[in-house]
Amino acid sequence: MHPILKLVAQRLALGLLLLWAVSLLIFFGVEALPGDAAQAMLGQSATPVALANLREQMGLNDPLVGRYLHWLGGFLTGDLGKAMTNGQDIAKSIGQRLGNTMFLAFWAAIISVPLAITLGLLAARYNGRWPDRLISGVTLATISLPEFVAGYLVLYVLAVKLHLFPSMAMIFPGMGVFERLHAIILPVIVLVMVVLAHMMRMTRAAILNVMQSAYIETAELKGLGPLAVIWRHAFPNAIAPVVNVVMLNLAYLVVGVVVVEVVFVYPGMGQFLVDHVTKRDLPVVQACGMIFAAVYIVLNILADVISILANPRLRHPK
Amino acid sequence: MLDIRNLRIEATSYPPGEAPRHVVLVDDVSVAVAKGRVLGLIGESGAGKSTIGLASMAYGRGGVRLTGGEVWFNGRDIRQADAGALRKMRGHEVTYVAQSAAAAFNPAWRLMDQVIETSLLHGLMTRAEAEARAVALFRKLGLPDPENIGRRYPHQVSGGQLQRVMTAMALCPKPDLVVFDEPTTALDVTTQIDVLAAIKEAIRDTGVAALYITHDLAVVAQIADDILVLRGGRQVEYGTTDAIINHPSQAYTQALVSVRSIDHVEKVSSEPVLTVQNVTARYRGTGFDVLKNVTVDVAAGQTLAIVGESGSGKSTLARVITGLLPATAGRISFAGRVLSPDLAARTKDDLREVQMIYQMADTAMNPRQTVGTIIGRPLEFYFGFRGAEKRAKVQALLEEIEMGRGFIDRYPAELSGGQKQRVCIARALAAKPKLIICDEVTSALDPLVADGILKLLLELQVRENVAYLFITHDLATVKAIADKIAVMYRGQVVRYGSKTDVLTPPFDDYTDLLLSSVPEMRLGWLEAVIGSRKMESAGN
Amino acid sequence: MSRIPLSALIGLVITGAFFFLALTAQWVAPYDMAAIMGGVWDPISSEHWLGTDAIGRDLLTRMIYGGQVTIFVATCSTILSFVLGSILGFTAATAGGWVDQVMSRLVDLVMAVPTLILALVILTAVSVSVPTLIIVMGLLDSTRVFRLSRAVAVDITVMDYVEAARLRGEGQRWVIFNEILPNALSPLVAELGLRFIFAVLFISTLSFLGLGVQPPLADWGGLVKENATGLVYGIPAALAPAICIAVLAISVNLVADWVLARTTSLKGGRGG
Repeated sequence: MHPILKLVAQRLALGLLLLWAVSLLIFFGVEALPGDAAQAMLGQSATPVALANLREQMGLNDPLVGRYLHWLGGFLTGDLGKAMTNGQDIAKSIGQRLGNTMFLAFWAAIISVPLAITLGLLAARYNGRWPDRLISGVTLATISLPEFVAGYLVLYVLAVKLHLFPSMAMIFPGMGVFERLHAIILPVIVLVMVVLAHMMRMTRAAILNVMQSAYIETAELKGLGPLAVIWRHAFPNAIAPVVNVVMLNLAYLVVGVVVVEVVFVYPGMGQFLVDHVTKRDLPVVQACGMIFAAVYIVLNILADVISILANPRLRHPK
Repeated sequence: MLDIRNLRIEATSYPPGEAPRHVVLVDDVSVAVAKGRVLGLIGESGAGKSTIGLASMAYGRGGVRLTGGEVWFNGRDIRQADAGALRKMRGHEVTYVAQSAAAAFNPAWRLMDQVIETSLLHGLMTRAEAEARAVALFRKLGLPDPENIGRRYPHQVSGGQLQRVMTAMALCPKPDLVVFDEPTTALDVTTQIDVLAAIKEAIRDTGVAALYITHDLAVVAQIADDILVLRGGRQVEYGTTDAIINHPSQAYTQALVSVRSIDHVEKVSSEPVLTVQNVTARYRGTGFDVLKNVTVDVAAGQTLAIVGESGSGKSTLARVITGLLPATAGRISFAGRVLSPDLAARTKDDLREVQMIYQMADTAMNPRQTVGTIIGRPLEFYFGFRGAEKRAKVQALLEEIEMGRGFIDRYPAELSGGQKQRVCIARALAAKPKLIICDEVTSALDPLVADGILKLLLELQVRENVAYLFITHDLATVKAIADKIAVMYRGQVVRYGSKTDVLTPPFDDYTDLLLSSVPEMRLGWLEAVIGSRKMESAGN
Repeated sequence: MSRIPLSALIGLVITGAFFFLALTAQWVAPYDMAAIMGGVWDPISSEHWLGTDAIGRDLLTRMIYGGQVTIFVATCSTILSFVLGSILGFTAATAGGWVDQVMSRLVDLVMAVPTLILALVILTAVSVSVPTLIIVMGLLDSTRVFRLSRAVAVDITVMDYVEAARLRGEGQRWVIFNEILPNALSPLVAELGLRFIFAVLFISTLSFLGLGVQPPLADWGGLVKENATGLVYGIPAALAPAICIAVLAISVNLVADWVLARTTSLKGGRGG
């Protein structure tokens, strides 16, 4: 087997192991905390009888390991159990919402990735001069904005004051694609703002790092023009770090989406999760948490695998 | 062809958090290279030699600017040339060979594509012609498998080979001038002369002119027709190689020529203070011995030099003696007692009597401590000196290492390279040791500074009767300081004895290779030595 | 002391002002925090400089107290994460071996899940109060401090001067306190600012989601939540606390940038 395939396989196996460990963390971590799901639902003032009944009903008296295996088994077969608050099937409720969230994240990514790379390149090209200073100034400001602050600022200015877009991202089955896109313009703008800064900063750093290599000087001393230097010598070596940056920031998008959905009352996974945290519906929260974590981990592993594949030293071993 | 007149180069540096600083790197330097001639640029670090080399391509690193004088190349002043004209000139009329070929090659491209890139870019030849020329150059430069080596990636080729490929890359577009910027400095000694010989032959056969930049006068003496000696950005002496080497007129040049010629007569052997018997060692988690059955001893008040190239195990031997790496077999006796192989089990006296000086004085001193704290700590730790008494002792030590008392409150960052190494020597002396292990203590220093350190060490040895275990790859240093020599190769001692015995023929093959690889300060040495070698260097 | 650049000076002044207001809230605030003074979202007036909030309380008063809560929670959790993270990080770096392995893998695991998601899962199961928030935030963030301080300490332990100290026979304590700590301090101090910003943003986000500081107490994030519905009707009350969060974060960032630049430029020279 080619050594690089072995490395990739190792990385994937490690990812699976990590996913499994995270399932342990999410399941047993909660168990280790004071109180349990029944207590959390009913609050401190619950009567012992009511607590005992609910515990029995939720199966909290069964052995812990058995419950974990049941939970994990359900996860692997697509059965996420039932919500405590309304008894609905969790998998079914999540299905639709996951689609909505993906729709939102997809458009945010489509816009932010090329934009961030272009701006990052610009900042690197004009390193230290005004375009770079301007870009890093704006970046500093957006990094310091939590997602919900950015969300309300955009909402207030663009929706309330200028009446350009709807203030709430209402979306429902049967809507056409263009109507949907119109509805999500504001949340997409906010998500783009939020990831753009990080992505651009890291892209700039990655490109500057490559541009400072000795082989770039060699290329310049060969009489290559600035474009040829960038295209032939910097670009092939910058792909790996930049793709890595993009992946890491898409993973970051996963978190941003939670808050932005709440701001714009968008019927996605994030709002669903926050709703059920408030209701203290542990099974739903664990299921959502696991899904968010899985997406995050998969994107991170993807970033790793891509940088392995893009590394000439690993692709052409001695 | 190249005519530099009254060149002045300046730079602005931007230390973070401070005001920008303006420095003059090169001032009033004039030099010329005629067609087919080789000019050597020589000087210590900071002399401005690389800056001048790049200036001949009208190129400045970072904020470096050419601010005065003229640079005439092929009949035009390239200081006045526009970017397009410069681009046409670079990589075609004048090419460049960097110090570290490993970093100067793009890791994402095959060697061949990089070697012929400029020939295609400037439209000098077709791809087939360029590749044929590259292969011919590879062969001329003595690269193995010249037909196929171009298909490899940079990381698949050794350092010595990469340097040759880089030379081929520079020669491929048939330039008029090649700038060589310390092309052999990063290589092992035995590899260095092969690459040097290959470069010299290639220059001769192609009739190209060259600027050869180095800090090593012995190296440049082998290859240059003329030499320009630089110091602190100004020219000290400029003349033919014969004139500079054999009749230097300036004091600085004379010092450079006579460097490494400390006359040291070996002492009569005496009682050993350290005995290493049949020591074998390996690093945890590895499957082979880095040291194999090593037996040497160090006489009290004398110097044993351990000589070898990178990977010979010489630094590992130091780690084993200090107890940082416990030996798996063998015995180490010191001052009549057996030393525990493990550092943790040694007594305070064991630790005090064996001191160590490192190659990089920069990392050997805590940057947050003053010189006084650094030298004072062993005085306090081993002897309990405190307060004014400690301070007085530190100042006495500072005088012993020929530095002023005033240095006591300075931080390492405020010292020069040579001063830092002196402070490290003082720290070792403060413990009143019987043995000091010196691990490549002069190899990071400029030759004149290194000479000063060696002279100091010799004086201290006489005064304090301390023994040295002197680890180095540099045979000139060995000749200057050793009483006994052990030559190491792949974890074993291949030759061991008094200095005279080790350096007198008949030699074993490796010692012959090593000895013959040290550049000597005389013309024609390179040709003489290449013809008479018995063994190929491992680095090739 | 070299000159302080303008940006850092602005950051320093604003950060200082925020901390001053937080410390003196009880005396500076014009009204009682919970007192209902006027109508719903009264506009700006001479009595209510920022108007009133969703149920008629003085917004400026709420903001000053909100700043107190935000800064208090963020400061406490930053201290917790630093003390815990750096002690464990240094221990892992100097002990090495299995101790290091176990701690590092555990931290890897926690960091494999986005902090917000993990916090949400935990906050579902425990009763939310200011102390639990501080502990949860401090614990989660200590993983980052652990990674940094371990990395910094590992870089220092391989230095020749640490080896020289070991060869001299110095004890573990001396090595940590005299050789490692003075050199690890500057990167850690710069990180302190960044961790504080993160804590401010994090507690604000949690409170905004309704999972942080619980009513009637409110931090800035909570104030945004309380007044958010007004935005749709063109009432900008929610923007005031939102802007405060951003301004505090930017100011601390400016100071942290300066500290970072200064400590890297020192390279171990005179401490002045």
